[in-house]
Amino acid sequence: MNIMHYLADLLVRSLFKADPATWPYTWIAYAVVIGVGALLAFAFVAIFAGPVTWIERRIAGRIQSRIGPNRNGPQGCLQWLADGIKCWLKEDLVPATADKPLYLAAPYLVFTGMFGAFVVLPFGAHVIAADLNVGLLYILAVTSLVVVGLLMAGWGSNSKWALFGGVRSAAQLVSYEVPSAFSLMAVVLMAGTLSTQGIVGAQGGWPWQWFVFRNPFLFAAFIMYFISAIAEGNRTPFDLPEAESEIIAGYNIEYSGMRFLFFLFAEWANMWIMAAVATLAFLGGWQIPGISPERIAEAKGWTFVGWQALSFAIFVFKGTCLVFTIIQIRWTLPRLRVDQLMITCWKYLVPLSMGSATGVLLLMALVREGGIVDWVMRGAMLLVGLLVAGAYIRKVRATFMADRDNYKKMEGRDLWYPPYRLP
Amino acid sequence: MNGSIVQVVLFYLLAALALTGACLVAFSRSIVHSAFALLGTFVGVAGLYALLAADLVAIVQVMVYVGGVLILILFAVMLTARVDEGKESNPTVGKIPGLLAMLAMAGLLVVTAVKAFGPRTVISEANPPSTVSPIGNLLLSKYVLPFEAISVLLLAVLLGAVTIASGRMRKGAGGKQEGEAPR
Repeated sequence: MNIMHYLADLLVRSLFKADPATWPYTWIAYAVVIGVGALLAFAFVAIFAGPVTWIERRIAGRIQSRIGPNRNGPQGCLQWLADGIKCWLKEDLVPATADKPLYLAAPYLVFTGMFGAFVVLPFGAHVIAADLNVGLLYILAVTSLVVVGLLMAGWGSNSKWALFGGVRSAAQLVSYEVPSAFSLMAVVLMAGTLSTQGIVGAQGGWPWQWFVFRNPFLFAAFIMYFISAIAEGNRTPFDLPEAESEIIAGYNIEYSGMRFLFFLFAEWANMWIMAAVATLAFLGGWQIPGISPERIAEAKGWTFVGWQALSFAIFVFKGTCLVFTIIQIRWTLPRLRVDQLMITCWKYLVPLSMGSATGVLLLMALVREGGIVDWVMRGAMLLVGLLVAGAYIRKVRATFMADRDNYKKMEGRDLWYPPYRLP
Repeated sequence: MNGSIVQVVLFYLLAALALTGACLVAFSRSIVHSAFALLGTFVGVAGLYALLAADLVAIVQVMVYVGGVLILILFAVMLTARVDEGKESNPTVGKIPGLLAMLAMAGLLVVTAVKAFGPRTVISEANPPSTVSPIGNLLLSKYVLPFEAISVLLLAVLLGAVTIASGRMRKGAGGKQEGEAPR
């Protein structure tokens, strides 16, 4: 049962006292529900992308031993609103030598490409705009609009730095689409469907039911997908399209005001999409531990709403954890060179991701699901995963403690370091 | 079905998008604008496929044509020397030969379309819920030979591209790399 259909039918029944199957204007109700759904998704992007910009700048500040924005609101948490209003009020400049139609159209294209992916993201057990049969392919396809948009921005700006940024970005996106598609193919093979809800449904709530811990090849596919996703999002260590030291800011250099903001908006929205796809494909999506999807579907009234809210919270929590990891990686690693970037993709990630997809097929043919070998593999991979996560958290904590002690030694006080406040 | 009027409106919107894109491709003086206008045609045609409930074909259309072909065309166009001079980069054959070519092509297309489908044929009222698994099954059972033959062809194309590019690189005539590997 699609939530949008259900809501539209409910609207028709309760407001107009008509049967949705025979009422002649049902499609208007459908259009209204779709419009409201799109607005809600848009609000989610805005509410997610805004604060994440502030959080990212605070984390960057801490990693680089500076303070970061802390003036607007407690701990600076209203900085993103101030930035948004500022960009809204700025003049919308078009360079005199720019190719005007291309220059003006590019931000819309980039934004459409990013926003289109939200249609098939399964936010909760039934919280999804449209559960397409080709969901995962759809995400891969619709993000290719972004590439065209970036090239358009680069060319339309008529500036060599913008052109370099656009071409670099397009080359990078096109290249890294290959390993990310192959990594996701391993998941599609396991799930036997391209639908995003179907992929989530093929997993379970507990970590040993997630695809990432099913077998070593899927674990490798997850890591390769994560690397490719960072590259596709133009984030450090793959942020050559916006390398400040080489091409100043890349494709968005000539833009100002809201048009510039739309590029940034798309970048942070893209970060969320990448994290959400990784979550739904490898980390069990919205699945609640111990509660089967059938039980959620059968629940009535407020229990149903409660399960939906819980599954939504689980999905957003998992996605946010990945987003934080991406942010920390950005401010930790140095940038690759262009040739290193291409070597990483074509010489390592593409063959390895093909190999992992083949390995998944091999294991599907050889190992019986639920057998002893299957459980041994799951247990071993879960252990490896816990060790990796533990080592990561331990390293972050150790750095934090060392910084705190140094600060105390130098200044003689804990200034903005108590752990319960944001770094 | 009540949705039919919506479908008609959507059809004309998508057709207008595809045709506007095609007209811009044909009439634009700048070859870069032509290349970008292809996007409208590709997306419009994909939308028409989606309207015909061919979900996989629509997605593959966007993925291959927008994500692959269009990007390669854009790279090629942007690397063209003197791309701003329309006479050099975008030459025309004149109005009369162009009109003749257009009429010939249009006649061919109309004849083929009428022969293939007849004037008004409804292929199927009941749409399958998903076209992914039927297409996959057919590709690996009934049409497995053409499918494999195409993959051999693609391999040959790939090898040919590598041979041409590496030969040129050895001579040093074109030292820079040729965009992306074909996909």
